[in-house]
Amino acid sequence: MSSHEEAEGRPLVSYRTLDIAVTIFFLIVTAIVMTDSLRLGISWKPNEGPQPGLFPFYIVLAMGIASLINLAQALPHTADGEMAATTVPGLKRMAAIFVPAVIFVLATHYIGIYVSAAVYIGAFMVFFGKFAVWKALAVSLSIAIVNFMMFEVWFLVPLPKGPLEAALGY
Amino acid sequence: MDELNALFGGFAVALSGYHLMFMVIGITLGVIIGVLPGLGGANGVAILLPLTFSMPPTSAIILLTSIYWGALFGGAITSILFNIPGEPWSVATTFDGHPMAQNGKADEALVGAFTASFVGAIFAVCLITFLAPVVAKFALKFGPAEFFAVQFLTFASFIGMGRGSPFKTIASMCLGFALASVGLDGVTGTLRMTFGQDELLNGFKFLVAVIGLFGIGEILCSMEDGLKFNGAAAKLRMDAVIRTWRQLPRMWATFLRSCIVGCWMGITPGGATPASFMGYGIAKRLSKRGDNFGKGELEGVVAPETAAHAAGTSALLPMLTLGIPGSPTAAVLLGGLLIWGLQPGPLLFVEQKDFVWGLIASMYLGNVVGLVMVLTCVPLFAAILRVPFSIIAPAIVFVCAIGAYTVNNTMFDVWMMLVFGVMGYLFNKLRYPLPPLVLALVLGDQAESSFRQAMLVSQGSVGVFWSNWLCGSIMTLGLVMAFWPALQALRAKLSGNAAIARAA
Amino acid sequence: MIRTGVSKTKTIAAALAASACLTSPAWAQRWEPTKPVTLVIPAGTGGGADQMARFIQGVVQKHNLMKQPLIVINKAGGAGAEGFLEMKASAGDPHKITITLSNLFTTPLGTGSPFNWKDMQPVAMLALDQFVLWTNSEKPYKTTKDYIEAVKAGDDRAFKMGGTGSKQEDQIVTAAIEQQTGGKKFTYVPYAGGGQVAVQLVGNHVDSTVNNPIEAVAQWRAGQLRPLCIFDAQRSTYTAKVTEKEAWSDIPTCKEAGLPVEYQMLRGIFTTKNAKPEQVAFYVDLLKKVMATPDWKEFMEKGAFNQTFMSGPDFEKWLTSAEAQHADLMKKAGFLATQ
Repeated sequence: MSSHEEAEGRPLVSYRTLDIAVTIFFLIVTAIVMTDSLRLGISWKPNEGPQPGLFPFYIVLAMGIASLINLAQALPHTADGEMAATTVPGLKRMAAIFVPAVIFVLATHYIGIYVSAAVYIGAFMVFFGKFAVWKALAVSLSIAIVNFMMFEVWFLVPLPKGPLEAALGY
Repeated sequence: MDELNALFGGFAVALSGYHLMFMVIGITLGVIIGVLPGLGGANGVAILLPLTFSMPPTSAIILLTSIYWGALFGGAITSILFNIPGEPWSVATTFDGHPMAQNGKADEALVGAFTASFVGAIFAVCLITFLAPVVAKFALKFGPAEFFAVQFLTFASFIGMGRGSPFKTIASMCLGFALASVGLDGVTGTLRMTFGQDELLNGFKFLVAVIGLFGIGEILCSMEDGLKFNGAAAKLRMDAVIRTWRQLPRMWATFLRSCIVGCWMGITPGGATPASFMGYGIAKRLSKRGDNFGKGELEGVVAPETAAHAAGTSALLPMLTLGIPGSPTAAVLLGGLLIWGLQPGPLLFVEQKDFVWGLIASMYLGNVVGLVMVLTCVPLFAAILRVPFSIIAPAIVFVCAIGAYTVNNTMFDVWMMLVFGVMGYLFNKLRYPLPPLVLALVLGDQAESSFRQAMLVSQGSVGVFWSNWLCGSIMTLGLVMAFWPALQALRAKLSGNAAIARAA
Repeated sequence: MIRTGVSKTKTIAAALAASACLTSPAWAQRWEPTKPVTLVIPAGTGGGADQMARFIQGVVQKHNLMKQPLIVINKAGGAGAEGFLEMKASAGDPHKITITLSNLFTTPLGTGSPFNWKDMQPVAMLALDQFVLWTNSEKPYKTTKDYIEAVKAGDDRAFKMGGTGSKQEDQIVTAAIEQQTGGKKFTYVPYAGGGQVAVQLVGNHVDSTVNNPIEAVAQWRAGQLRPLCIFDAQRSTYTAKVTEKEAWSDIPTCKEAGLPVEYQMLRGIFTTKNAKPEQVAFYVDLLKKVMATPDWKEFMEKGAFNQTFMSGPDFEKWLTSAEAQHADLMKKAGFLATQ
């Protein structure tokens, strides 16, 4: 979906590099699962059928072989492979939503999901949407409050809450 | 014709203003529940259940099942608009529904999905009305070997349909299986791949992976392309219903196939999620437009939605006649029946005739009321796409986080959602297909359990899968399906004419 | 609990304890929840514990027994370990309670999950859930003796026992039965839930089950299943007819039928570790109110529960001995975690 944007900015990482990185990720998963499968036993017991490790073992064996083939296909330098998978501006835009998302999740541990969501949505609107502060405040607070009413009050689904909710008696 | 008389009696009960009001309330709530990934039908039903104790059982079940219908309808909305499956069974709806929205046809996709849901549900209700006793007996024939055969068939009907590298497909599918095996092994009770981490005891839950891979992954892709959703600028036209309905009659074969697949999967507790995948897979295989699937084909929305609803509806049948719930929501409804003093099981149809037929009548009415309600709201749903991206993007992350959290009520899952989000983005980029991964994740666990249960029963002999006609024929059908692409290629080669092969 | 003998004294002691506890102390009202109370179910939706928890929620709401709402959530992961670990982690929050099943003992023993019932504060035992040996009514086994003789005469592992989960209560009962079958073992087939187990038995995919009464009563009434014996010291006290001919009280105990095995499953309520006495007292009082409702009595009868109420030191004593017995039984059956 993004192979036509080389013109847009400085290329950051090529498809080839990315492809190799992902196959290596697959190979690491293969190694981890195989280790534990061997611990669990991969034989076929006469009265019980397969031991707990049998399926995972052969599944990741297939995965490992497929990944090796993928790696072999990714390694040669080709014109397609050298194309930019993402560009600096592209990555920056992604970071613009993702990094705050990580902070939002981290903040949820401390101040609860509603407060951090309100801050997250509000900040995003102000900094990236160039909305006026009062508009951002109104939208982010109402989203947080509507969700709060929906989950905590009407449907009684408890979500992570922080000191503010505790002060309000929830 | 006893059934018809009983049914008309049921309509007389269900068609009061009081009950219609319950249906409207229930469906509205259900749609909200279906839209938010954090609320499942089970939540809604469980929370309203206590409120219904003071009502007569028939009124109560009408209210609760209406929530169920609403949630089934609502699941499609976020799948189509934002690529976020609100419910597990709407994953397959995203495959073509979201591309349609990106092409500016969100309203058509929504109308198609709602109509398909309605058709699937009504087909299943008819089946319940006239064939309940026969069907209940059929469901009893399913032991572990038969369950595995069904799961195998689901897989077989789905594999081999991806474009792109077959090795990437294999890697992706195996990763799904590997993730599914993490956690407590249901057959021996041992812990697998947890390495002493308590968070991993639960394993990787399907919904968390799906929210991350599809929802967060999609946001990342959209962000990379610029601050917008494709298709947001689509004009809203009020004739979407008529425009879409005109296209539907030519898909009659897909409707029929998906109805049958759905009912079958609902009754043998395979569930709505596998049914939707199987419906999609079969339609892609057999439809003339199968090659366009995945690019925004209306038929690709209709097929999984019809199957999911036929399954979701017929799942109530084993609950009523056998006392086994076909879905988590049905499980909560089952608890409700017990509290109202109704004992689900073989005698319910004999001892509680009024209740059962009132319920069945309400299934017809509830779906009609639901369809009218959601169709009138299509422009409203489609208008959500016009909300500025800088509001909708963080709001989606928020809603996804809620969804991931509520699966197991742990923050660990929210972190996993972010990880899956990055994975979804990378896989998308590098053309690793995601559907095999999610299918493996949802079915892997069950398929492995059924297989090993069957092995316990047969003392380790694989012959058990061909030990009776039912199991044997499903397995054989599965093998045919698995090798279908190869068979097709062979046939094309033999006849030397690819066009003939495709027409078959 | 598993016992291989009759202990009448224990039941009498329990009854005395129950009556002693019914006189609720004056200070019970001093604490009340200040926010919604969460009831954690360490099991999936639709099972016995889930049904009971949701029933309690319904009764509390219907009779307005508590000012704050009662919220029910399922934390079934890792055979319930997830729910218990959550209780352990929120030791300081008295607004959390949990309902237990046998996995309170079997999960830490079988999986090595780091928790113990002592990580929570016991509130009260609500009832003991019974286990019944069921066979398909099409099969020729009219009595326990017929069935056990058939198992003894058959090949090893020829008979299939269906049950819920692995290394949990159903498999423990199966292991206890196997000690009485002359060295012949069952093939134990684990399923995900009790309802499914009963249906598998009706469909003849297994030969017998040890379902709880409530899980199989519908199939019994429809004449599809036959109860052979009940794993309790005494017959059930419910004499109302369930089927056309039989009542729960007509099912012989396994001991009188020649199979000396007893097992009952705890249905109890726990709160978090650091709960103060007045907080525990509030919950004890609340549960007593629940148990006094006609709805509860009806629920008990439908599921043929053994109504034994216990709280305080009696309950803790019971828990200690039950834990020791589970450890012993699981050790004998080889179910202990090897990690």
